[in-house]
Amino acid sequence: MVSDVPSRARRMPGLAIPHRMRWPLGYTAAAVLVFLAYYYVIPNLGAGGQTFFRNWLPLTSINEALVWVICALGLNIVVGYAGLLDLGFVAFWALGGYTAGWLMSGFFHQVKIHIFGGATATVPGIHISFWLVLLIGAGFCALWGVIIGAPTLRLKSDYLALVTLGFGEIIPQVFTNGDNIGGFNLTNGSKGITPVDPIGIGSTRLGPFDLVWKYLIFVLIAAVVVFITLRLRDGRLGRAWLAIREDELAASMMGVPLMRTKLSAYAVGAVAGGLAGVAFATHVGGVLPDRFNFSISITLLAMVVLGGMGNVWGVMLGALVLAWVNSTGLPQFGSSFNEEFGTNINFPSYNFLLFGGILVLMMLFRREGILPESRTRLVLHEPSRTDMESLGADMEAPAPELDESASLKTAIAEGPVIADETGTGTGMGEKV
Amino acid sequence: MTTSPQTDASLDAGTVKLHADRITVKFGGLVAVNDVSFTIPGQSVVSLIGPNGAGKTTFFNVLTGLYRATSGRVVLGETDITNLVPHRIAALGMARTFQNIRLFGLMTAEENVKVAMHSKLHSGPFHTIVRTPRQRREERKAQEMARELLEFVGIGKVANEYARNLSYGDQRRLEVARALALEPSILLLDEPTAGMNPQESGRFTQFVHRVRDEKDLSVLLIEHDMSVVMQVSDRITVLDRGEKIAEGSPDDIRSDTRVIEAYLGKSGRDKTT
Repeated sequence: MVSDVPSRARRMPGLAIPHRMRWPLGYTAAAVLVFLAYYYVIPNLGAGGQTFFRNWLPLTSINEALVWVICALGLNIVVGYAGLLDLGFVAFWALGGYTAGWLMSGFFHQVKIHIFGGATATVPGIHISFWLVLLIGAGFCALWGVIIGAPTLRLKSDYLALVTLGFGEIIPQVFTNGDNIGGFNLTNGSKGITPVDPIGIGSTRLGPFDLVWKYLIFVLIAAVVVFITLRLRDGRLGRAWLAIREDELAASMMGVPLMRTKLSAYAVGAVAGGLAGVAFATHVGGVLPDRFNFSISITLLAMVVLGGMGNVWGVMLGALVLAWVNSTGLPQFGSSFNEEFGTNINFPSYNFLLFGGILVLMMLFRREGILPESRTRLVLHEPSRTDMESLGADMEAPAPELDESASLKTAIAEGPVIADETGTGTGMGEKV
Repeated sequence: MTTSPQTDASLDAGTVKLHADRITVKFGGLVAVNDVSFTIPGQSVVSLIGPNGAGKTTFFNVLTGLYRATSGRVVLGETDITNLVPHRIAALGMARTFQNIRLFGLMTAEENVKVAMHSKLHSGPFHTIVRTPRQRREERKAQEMARELLEFVGIGKVANEYARNLSYGDQRRLEVARALALEPSILLLDEPTAGMNPQESGRFTQFVHRVRDEKDLSVLLIEHDMSVVMQVSDRITVLDRGEKIAEGSPDDIRSDTRVIEAYLGKSGRDKTT
C-alpha cells in the first residue's frame, strides 16, 4: 500500500532545497528566454521571420495574456482553493482598472497631486507612481472583496454563484453610468478614463512602444502572485481553504471560522484581480467600462477550468493559451483562412463558440484540465477507496503494519490488545 | 501532550467538564429534545443511548453548536457556550467525529490533522507569505504534533496518503486523530464502531480508555452496540423520545426496568414499524 503512494503526494525532505527552488528558476528561465527572444533575436531576424512574429505572436499579445494570467490566478484562489464559484470576478479587475484610471491620469483635474507620478509636475490631476498604484489598487480591491463577500458568502454553491454574477454586473454598470453621481463625474461614463500615465521606472517613462519592459514588469507581477499563492497554499490559511472546499461543515467543527476564511480567499483573490486591473490600464493606456463585461468573468473561469483548477501552473497555461487565442490566434487564423479561400467569415466573433466547444470537449475527455492539481486528477479518475470497498473490493490485503510484525498477529489472535498497530500502546509492550 | 497518571475514572474523579442544563430543542412543533440535563465529569466516558429518533444526535448537535437550543444552557468548563458558533466551541475544546465519516478527502492524513490545529496556530497571511521564523517554528511544531497524533491512533504510516484513499478503519482513526488535534477536553464520538466487527469493537473499547487516560479528556459516546457501551462507559444516559429516562453506571442501567421496558421493548417494535 505504501509503495504505490504517488510520489507527488510525498514530501522529500532530502531534496527540500532544489525542490523549493525549482519553480522560481524555471519561471525565471522561461521569462528571460522570451525576453531575449524579443529583445535580441526577433529584431535581427529576416523580414519573413519578423512578419511571422508580428502577426502570430506580437509581444503585446503576450503582455495582455500575462494580465489575464494575473487575474486568473486570483480567481483560482477563490474557485480552485476555497471552492467558491464566482461568476463575477471581472468586478475586481474593473475596480483595479479604475483605481489606475483615477490615480494615474488627469481625470480629476480639480486637484493636482503628484507622487513620483508619470507626468510633468505642472499637469493637473492625480499622478501617482505605477508601483504605488499597484499597492493601492491591490488594497482597494481587497477591501471590496470583503465588502462584496460579507453579504454574499453566507450563501452556498449555486446561490453564491448567482449573487456573484449579480455583483459582476453591478460594478461595471456603476462605472458605465457613474458620470453623474449627484452631479459628480466619478467614472466619465462610457467614454472611460484616458489616457493613463505611462509606467515610470526611476526617471524614465515607458512609452507605448517599450513593450519589452512592460513585459518584464507583468512577468514580475505574475511571479509575485504565484509566489503569494503557493506560500499561502502551504500554510494555515491554505489548509483552511482546502478544508472548506472539501467539507464545510467538518471544517467548522474543526475550529475553522468559515466566514473569515472565505472572506480571506475573496480578499486575496481580489488583490490579484486588482493588480491585473492596474496592469491592464497601463497596458491599454486607459480604462473603458465596456472592457469589463460578463464575458470576461466567464473567460477567466474557462481559463481556470481549462488549465486545471487549483494548480497555478495549469491556470497560467490555460490563461496564456485562451488569451492568445482570443487576442491574436483566432483573428490571425481567420484572416489567413479568408485570404486562402476567398471567404469572408468573421472568425473573432466565434470566439465563444470556440471556448464553449473547448470546454465541452474538456469536460468529456479531460475534466481535470490540462495541468491538473494532483488531487483533482485523483477524484476524476480513481475511485475512492471507500467506494471500492462498498462495491466489495478487497483493499485490505497486505496491510503493512501487520506484515511487519508477526508477533503482532499472535498478539491479536490472543485477544483484543490496546492500540496494537501503534506500538506505543500499553498492551503492545506487554505482548512483545 | 499532557499525560496523566492512570487514574481509575470514577464519577467523582476530576471536576465537571461539561454541563448541559435543561436543554430543549424544538423543530417547529416537534420536540426533539425535551428538558434534558446532563453532566460529563472529568476523565470519564459517558454514553448516550436510546432507540432511533430518541434525540441523541440532535443533542450532540446542540453541544457542538450546529443547532441552537430552544431553551437551556450548555457550559463547557467555565464557559457558557450556548450561543456560540461551532468553530468557537471547537476551539474551546469540544471535538467530534461524525457518524458518516467526514474527512477532507483530497487532503493528506497529516493535512487533515493540521486543519484542526487552525485555532491553535496564529500565523497570519503576512507571516505565511514571508515565512518568518515564527511561522516556520509554528509549522514545524504543527507537523510534529500531527505526526504524533497519527502515531497515537496507529496510522503514522499513511500520513501522506489522501484521506479518501485510506481504508475504512484508518479513516475512522484519522477522524479521531483530527479531533484530538483540537486538544479537546470533551471528545464526542458519534457511533464510532459502526461498520466494525466484534473484534475491532473490542479493541476500540480499549482505545477509548487509552484516549481518556493519556489525553486527559472525557468522552461522550453515541453508540448502538450495547456490548461496547456496557464495556466502555463509566456512566450512561438513556434518552427516549427526546427525554432522559435513566442515568447511571452500566450496572444501574442494565437493571433499570424503565430502560428495559422503554428502550429494549421499543427497539423491538421499531423493527416492525
